[in-house]
Amino acid sequence: MPQVKREMLIDPLVDNNPITLQVLGICSALAVTSSLQVSLVMAIAVTFVTAFSNLFISLLRNQIPSSIRIIVQMVIIASLVILVDQVLKAFAYEISKTLSVFVGLIITNCIVMGRAEAFAMKNPPLPSFIDGIGNGMGYGLILLLVGFIRELFGSGSLFGITVLPTVNNGGWYVPNGMLLLPPSAFFVIGLIIWAFRTWKPQQVEKREFTIQTAEAH
Amino acid sequence: MSDMPDAPKGPIARLLAAPPDSVGKTLFIAVALCLFCSMVVSVAAVSLRPVQETNRLLDKQRNILQVAGRYEPGMNIPEAFASFEPRIVDLESGTFTDQFDPASFDDAAAAADPELSIALTDDPAGIGRRANYRTIYLVKDDNGDLDKVILPIQGYGLWSTLYGFIALEENGNDIYGLQFYQHGETPGLGAEVDNPRWIALWSGKKLRGDEGEGSLKITVAKGVPSPDMADFHIDALAGATLTSVGVDNLVRYWMGEDGFAPFLENLRNGGV
Repeated sequence: MPQVKREMLIDPLVDNNPITLQVLGICSALAVTSSLQVSLVMAIAVTFVTAFSNLFISLLRNQIPSSIRIIVQMVIIASLVILVDQVLKAFAYEISKTLSVFVGLIITNCIVMGRAEAFAMKNPPLPSFIDGIGNGMGYGLILLLVGFIRELFGSGSLFGITVLPTVNNGGWYVPNGMLLLPPSAFFVIGLIIWAFRTWKPQQVEKREFTIQTAEAH
Repeated sequence: MSDMPDAPKGPIARLLAAPPDSVGKTLFIAVALCLFCSMVVSVAAVSLRPVQETNRLLDKQRNILQVAGRYEPGMNIPEAFASFEPRIVDLESGTFTDQFDPASFDDAAAAADPELSIALTDDPAGIGRRANYRTIYLVKDDNGDLDKVILPIQGYGLWSTLYGFIALEENGNDIYGLQFYQHGETPGLGAEVDNPRWIALWSGKKLRGDEGEGSLKITVAKGVPSPDMADFHIDALAGATLTSVGVDNLVRYWMGEDGFAPFLENLRNGGV
């Protein structure tokens, strides 16, 4: 059993990563990854919400009427997100200002809802909780990877500490301004997905159709 | 009941044992969950409010220090802020008033109070009511002479009211800096009003021509200005036309006759 739980925790990191394999939660991954510090806070917030929403939904799973189950899930997720938002405003005001709407948008993060519906509704509380942590960490891992690349090459720093002194501050590094804009995260995530699938070819989906060879006229 | 020994006792136990899809159960779960969640959320919101208020106040003070160019990361904000002298200005006459205590005067409450504010019919900044009194901050140099004045500004952008400060040199015409401390504009587009590079554009611009005697000329607009307007032109934010228009309106409103113009005129003439 401990082996199974460890797998539930490790599996979403690479083998079943919510972002790179399931391609969920892309929106916030684009928006908040321009610096590592913000990425880290977002990763922790999403892990917290996914873990506890899974836990509570799993505890209630035998009582939740199927006709209103999505609403029940949303209410639980939304309450947790508001909780996170309030705590951030109280103890990490600067970061909460940077994250602005994106904390609230955790409610609509497909990963949270997806795990609640696909896993927590059918499994006991403890595995659901672990599954939530695993998926939150899988999301966080990609966020940190993207944040690392974007902050390092976009601003020449990591966690706000200068690594590559930029030309603007009298150094030598010409920062890539595009990396500070959300579209760059598309390219970075695309490259990460490519790298993951080259490393683990079983992640590559089967083609839905094959291109027919045209007959010569 | 005596012939049904397995039937659960009490209304709640009976509801919990009911099949999940019955109408009663559905209603019960919906109401109970909403009650519970709203309680958790309200307890969190109420108990964390004092800490959040402190944060907000510190953030406001930090922004005032920043707009005056007196902020360094890691400094003791309340201590540095104590050297700024808050005063209440009567907007109508443009003079200081001692009617209120600056330490406890609440600009937002004054704007909502019919006794202390006027409803606006011509309202370019989109603020609805304008308080008759506003808190401003005087920044003194080392000799105790007036160095800068910091005036509060606010107005509607695209999604939200932007709250900020504008710092003027002691002549009441040259802009030293501008800073918004609260807004809900689109991250990456309208929220670029926080971008230091854009804020830096404001420094050194002038509100009015002729050493402050002329008409209000400051404007946020697209494109390259004509040479005679260069001192009064701030390039609009790319991709955020409506936020830029909002900032243009609110700066022009607060620097205009309905706003601080009488006070600035008194300041130029040494009348305050």
